[in-house]
Amino acid sequence: MNGIMSDDQIHAAFRGSLGRFELDAQFVAPGRGVTALFGPSGCGKTTVLRCLAGLQRVEHGLCKVGGEVWQDARTFRPAHKRPVGYVFQEASLFAHLSVRGNLMYGAPSSGKSTVDLDEVVGLLGLSRLLARSPAKLSGGERQRVAIGRALLAQPRILLMDEPLSALDQTTRDEILPFLDQLHASLSLPVIYVSHDLAEVERLADTLVLMEHGRVVASGPLVDLQSDLSLPLVAAREASVRLDGVVASHDAAYGLIRLDVPGGSLVVHAGAARPGDRRRVRIGASDVSLARERPQASSILNILPARIVSAQPAGRDMNVLLSLGAEPAGARLVARITHRSWDELGLDAGMDVFAQVKGISLLSFGGPSRP
Amino acid sequence: MPNLPADVWIAVRLTIELAALTTLILLIVGTPLAWWLARSKAWWKEGVATIVALPIVLPPTVLGFYLLVALGPQGPGGQLASLWGGRTLAFTFAGLVIGSVLYSMPFVVQPIRNAFEAMGERPMEVAATLRASPMRAFWTVAVPLARPGFLTGAVLGFAHTVGEFGVVLMIGGNIPGQTKVLSVAIFDYVETSQWREASILAGGMVVFAFTVILAMTLIEKRVGRVGS
Repeated sequence: MNGIMSDDQIHAAFRGSLGRFELDAQFVAPGRGVTALFGPSGCGKTTVLRCLAGLQRVEHGLCKVGGEVWQDARTFRPAHKRPVGYVFQEASLFAHLSVRGNLMYGAPSSGKSTVDLDEVVGLLGLSRLLARSPAKLSGGERQRVAIGRALLAQPRILLMDEPLSALDQTTRDEILPFLDQLHASLSLPVIYVSHDLAEVERLADTLVLMEHGRVVASGPLVDLQSDLSLPLVAAREASVRLDGVVASHDAAYGLIRLDVPGGSLVVHAGAARPGDRRRVRIGASDVSLARERPQASSILNILPARIVSAQPAGRDMNVLLSLGAEPAGARLVARITHRSWDELGLDAGMDVFAQVKGISLLSFGGPSRP
Repeated sequence: MPNLPADVWIAVRLTIELAALTTLILLIVGTPLAWWLARSKAWWKEGVATIVALPIVLPPTVLGFYLLVALGPQGPGGQLASLWGGRTLAFTFAGLVIGSVLYSMPFVVQPIRNAFEAMGERPMEVAATLRASPMRAFWTVAVPLARPGFLTGAVLGFAHTVGEFGVVLMIGGNIPGQTKVLSVAIFDYVETSQWREASILAGGMVVFAFTVILAMTLIEKRVGRVGS
């Protein structure tokens, strides 16, 4: 979990000015799972990704992937010699090649490959498209081909620059399950640039938070979501993400019981078997607090929790909770009014009941690692 | 076939040879030049582009005059010719080729440059992230994507060379089988009042020009992306 094996990590540090923009970003990402570069438009996240790929060069750059130095004071490995897969914001397919031609462009002609055409075609549902010209594809299909093309180049790291942002919501919903799948079935580290919090919550394991060309914070997504000092909590749609294991399934009501550290949640879900993994999101404004267990409530999820800390935010109070009694419980953030905080006499260390009004299921595949 | 004197057919053949050779040389020389003009960030590249474009504006006699000086016995062309025992490149087929290459260059370089620019940086970046060396990316991505520009450039270069007159007259003169191309032949017939021959050749040129432009328009329409 906490990639101590420094060898497979991704080290990135880029500093320099690009026109009037000053970039000074450094972070270390684990060699597994999805790392999201998240921040507002123009914060430099795409530039960082281009630097990682070698498409752009800044004055002072350090880039080390899996123990190999791609860039330092003396080295600069050109883009075509870096084993990356890059998915651009626009699919950017080669117009003069068919879908198959596009997919095979970067595939090694000989030697061993970890991903082959059949696998990619199956994973991304491309079998019907192979003979077509890119001009005859829908936006979502194009982006799927672009992802497949990047994968077939046998990358050691997949770089994705807002691959969904040019698509409409329906098309996004069509592609997201493929990304979940990808995540679940390939052990390929992904650096994913996005300014969409919902996307990041669904896909990322690690978060690199950027602002004005700098890295504000980086670490496991769930830690950053529950760090009251970071701007994530201040966002109106602030939330936490929890990964859990299905304990039981109530087919009559379409509900599952999901075990998470320190408690268990009841969630609306389709078919599920005990032992399946599920990822859910709980918005901070969907969590309220009570001193005593409310009797006869319509709210399904009322969980014992302990207040870890609290941070005033305007008229509101952001409260960090730990589920159950042990400190290892899953973190939850509740947004309550300052008045409630005072009237209930709440304080850090106190045991309370968290009432969760809404839980949304994020993915079906779940994370790649336990 | 109209009954024309043999020297007309010699002129036709010479014209086609000159135009084909010129087009070939221009594709070989013009492609890297067009690529450089499309990609370079050098501040002086527009200066180079302007020099390439000069023949569009200059009277052919001006270009012809400088070429005559350069290719003549005192110029670099004469020194070059002395390598194989010649005295001058003026009034030779080789001289004509050099003149045509310079004269038709903008018509080949410009469409190819435009096509390379219209393509943008992205396809080459994509190719690089798919492990293609710059050379492989150039041949497998840039050139195929710029194909309409190449077609336009080649057709324009060929047609323009067929139609040149002023430069040929200045540096080529009127030597049958060596420098007497079609446009000069027409001029000759008019001079000597052979109106029938002149009108057949002139009419043939009109048909040729019409066919070329129509074919080019159709090709561009079919390919969809226009290079110029």
